[in-house]
Amino acid sequence: MGLLSKKDSKLILDPLADNNPITIQVLGICSALAITAQLKPSIVMAISVLFVMGVGNVVISLMRNIIPSKIRIIVQLIVVATLVIIVDQVLKAFSYALSKELSVFIGLIITNCIIMGRFEAFALGNGVWRSFLDGIGNALGYGVILIIVGFFRELLGSGTLFGLKVLGDPVEKTGLYAIGYENNGFMVLPPMALIVVGLIIWVQRSRNKALIED
Amino acid sequence: MEHLELFFKSIFVDNMVFAYFLGMCSYLAVSKKVSTAVGLGAAVIFVLTITVPLNWLLDQYLLQEGALSWLGEEYASYDLSFLSFIMFIATIATMVQLVEIVVEKFSPSLYNSLGIFLPLIAVNCAILGGSLFMQSREIETLGLALNYGFSSGIGWFLAILAIAAIREKIRYSAVPPALRGLGITFIITGLMAIGFMSFGGMLTGGDEPAAKPEETSALIEKEKEEKQVESKAEVSLVDNLNKN
Repeated sequence: MGLLSKKDSKLILDPLADNNPITIQVLGICSALAITAQLKPSIVMAISVLFVMGVGNVVISLMRNIIPSKIRIIVQLIVVATLVIIVDQVLKAFSYALSKELSVFIGLIITNCIIMGRFEAFALGNGVWRSFLDGIGNALGYGVILIIVGFFRELLGSGTLFGLKVLGDPVEKTGLYAIGYENNGFMVLPPMALIVVGLIIWVQRSRNKALIED
Repeated sequence: MEHLELFFKSIFVDNMVFAYFLGMCSYLAVSKKVSTAVGLGAAVIFVLTITVPLNWLLDQYLLQEGALSWLGEEYASYDLSFLSFIMFIATIATMVQLVEIVVEKFSPSLYNSLGIFLPLIAVNCAILGGSLFMQSREIETLGLALNYGFSSGIGWFLAILAIAAIREKIRYSAVPPALRGLGITFIITGLMAIGFMSFGGMLTGGDEPAAKPEETSALIEKEKEEKQVESKAEVSLVDNLNKN
């Protein structure tokens, strides 16, 4: 990372693991879990949040000295809502089926707590470039969890990745299915998203004892 | 009948937390003690009951395609629905602020119990989610919108009350250290969600000779669109069962 100083690269790398927005800060779970039954919507969601957070952090950081602190929540909400409308319209224009599948969850990026949380905690008090990096870092940390959950749920639940039958054909009994493997239909149901995240937290905290709560 | 059905459906079948994971952030953060959970739950019911009908009016008379026709013929072709995110969130933020001021003036005791939770609620996904679902499900009348807001609020309240009670008790259990706190809460919520799925048969299960066929099929179509993922899972479950 020749481009970034050590402090700056920490801004991006920290949220990926030890300060992950979902597993450690417990932010932004709301709009995340319902759409992770498959890999593709998870990635689209991750990219949408990346865009909204990167741009949003920059905008808030630019305005940080002129926003009256009493109405800052409303100002932040308006900024996010505008960006989310852009994302929503782009999705509707270029990938209508996917936008139908994500239904209200694109709109719910507005109230995604990571975004408001980073605005409050970082963009309001830091310069433009650092805010941008912080936004990108946190959005990546969020996206990584989304993609991990989406990967396991699609692979174990439907035996596919991006709709490709990677484990063979369940109807014609090829690949793994030939030796009696069955899809776990349970993985596709919404509650399993929570349990998969719970297990990710378990793995992460077992590896890093400092994160364990009392 | 319509009202009763929507009421139970929004509380149990389409529970905000267990079916759609809405409002998870505050659900996880404020569920350590039953008393605070009750406070936040009550505030959510309150705000949802106010904002959903309000946004319904906005949607009907301002945002939908052709909604502006009450202004005159020339406005009938306008479709402002792309503005709905920003309108809804602005309504919610202002209503929350307004409710806070009114409650503080007229009922200081209620304000003291709800007070700290009200500002939190503006960014609670369940509130915006309520309005967005109201819009995407095309709820027909103001009364139904009111009902929907109130009953989904109750659903959320029940969820946070239940998890808070469980978390108070789980302190005495031997949970693996790395799972303590957040991890186990996630897993319990998942298990509770599985439990709540059994309510799914409450309205669709059994034989329904009374329902009009075209109406139900339209409903089923819509449900399918919304819960595409879920139905896929059911299909594959059924497939597996058949094979066995």
